[in-house]
Amino acid sequence: MKKIVRQPATVPSVSQRRFFGHGIPGVQLDDLAGKLIVVEGADGSGRSSQIAALVNWLETLGHATVQVGLKRSTLVSEELEKAQNGNILSRTTLSLFYATDFADQLENTILPALRAGFIVLADRYIYTLMARDLVRGMDAAWLKNLYGMALKPDAVFYLEVPPEELVQRNLSKNATLDYWESGMDLGLSRDVFDSFLKYQTAMQATFRRLQRSYGFTIVNGSRAVDEVTASLQKKISAVLAAK
Amino acid sequence: MKTFAQLGFPGRLIAVEGLDGSGKSTQIYLLKRWLEAEGIKVYFSEWNSSELVKSATSKGKKRELLTPTTFSLIHATDFADRYERHLLPLLRAGYVVLCDRYIFTAFARDVTRGCPPDWVRGNYNFAALPDLTFFFKADLEVSLNRILDGRPKLKFFEAGMDLRLSPDPYESFRIFQGRILEQYLAMSKEFVFTLMDANERIETQQSIARKIVSERIDLDEFRRRSPLPLPPPVQPTTAAAGLEEDSGV
Repeated sequence: MKKIVRQPATVPSVSQRRFFGHGIPGVQLDDLAGKLIVVEGADGSGRSSQIAALVNWLETLGHATVQVGLKRSTLVSEELEKAQNGNILSRTTLSLFYATDFADQLENTILPALRAGFIVLADRYIYTLMARDLVRGMDAAWLKNLYGMALKPDAVFYLEVPPEELVQRNLSKNATLDYWESGMDLGLSRDVFDSFLKYQTAMQATFRRLQRSYGFTIVNGSRAVDEVTASLQKKISAVLAAK
Repeated sequence: MKTFAQLGFPGRLIAVEGLDGSGKSTQIYLLKRWLEAEGIKVYFSEWNSSELVKSATSKGKKRELLTPTTFSLIHATDFADRYERHLLPLLRAGYVVLCDRYIFTAFARDVTRGCPPDWVRGNYNFAALPDLTFFFKADLEVSLNRILDGRPKLKFFEAGMDLRLSPDPYESFRIFQGRILEQYLAMSKEFVFTLMDANERIETQQSIARKIVSERIDLDEFRRRSPLPLPPPVQPTTAAAGLEEDSGV
């Protein structure tokens, strides 16, 4: 019979918290006892599988988790979906709509969960939102001010997979390439395959640039799923143990 | 920040600002009627009226889901949609665009709600300044009474109930409007508001407004080349009756 290991769950230390800029009015940062962990990456980079594996692992260790992601707010997710399908919104509008979606989740899910001591796993965060807009030529200073409302995460992992590999993974999963993930609105190429490669290359370069200003961790996502999970677990353990 | 004229746009933008009940909607409606009759290419845009964003805004308001941050962002989204899809192309095409409320409404309201002023202003910095901004300044009591006279049912955000200023919606509305007025007055100089005495009679105000518009904008440049067919008769809207139709509060 397998022996039950009753290892006590370790209580993570409380982080020194900061907003990127002005933040959300009236939030007591010292009350946010939980941890915010972000996984970034293109569709097909293995984000969802990794988050599922991390949730499983963290809960086994006795940590409570909450998941958030883009376009999941109560407030505007439906309208945002509609707008995107019709491709009728201009750039600033779409950008602000996404920012609204993000703020709604930040205030109604992320902050309360952190207050309650949960580990919040974010399936993409402001970095994807900024990268998409930067690739579309929007003003970096404007974006920086806008997302000054966001809370600095405890850890950010960017799963990097070469565009050629992303094509293979997306096609094997969906047999098609997504309009937005191919950046078709940018008119890079009328051919969706070419457009996807060009767009994802540009996104990767932008992420690399963002990495230099925001200092997140770039993770090689081309490896086997288990290997990536193991490396994320190692890094997250260090975050949870850190003073 | 520059005005549309300074940026070389052929069109001109005129905005009206003021508290609910200041009579600004009545005045801009009458300006529109006048400009149309003069054969000017004119377009009217109202705060919080973008179709797509509106459904999210009204859901947020009805279910009281909005915080100062999301309240601010969702109105910015609405504004951006109207700005990029209507205002910019029309101004490129040489229209006189009339706006019932512009970015100053957000500056005043969102800051009253507790949003950082720099953040709000930064979010709206994609927008150029109006070529002419009328600020309708009525005594606070006059504006309040115009709205509150009929003891209407004040909506939650309209009354500023989210700020917990008072459990009584009417009292809350009074305090909230008073604070917004302070914010407006504080930026009046910076954004060169043209102050209008909103305690005056409607006709007096309109004569003054028309005079200022014709002095500041060479209207002959904005005439349609061919005369428009006569518009269908327009029933005075609620705005013309002196009531606010601003669901954006």
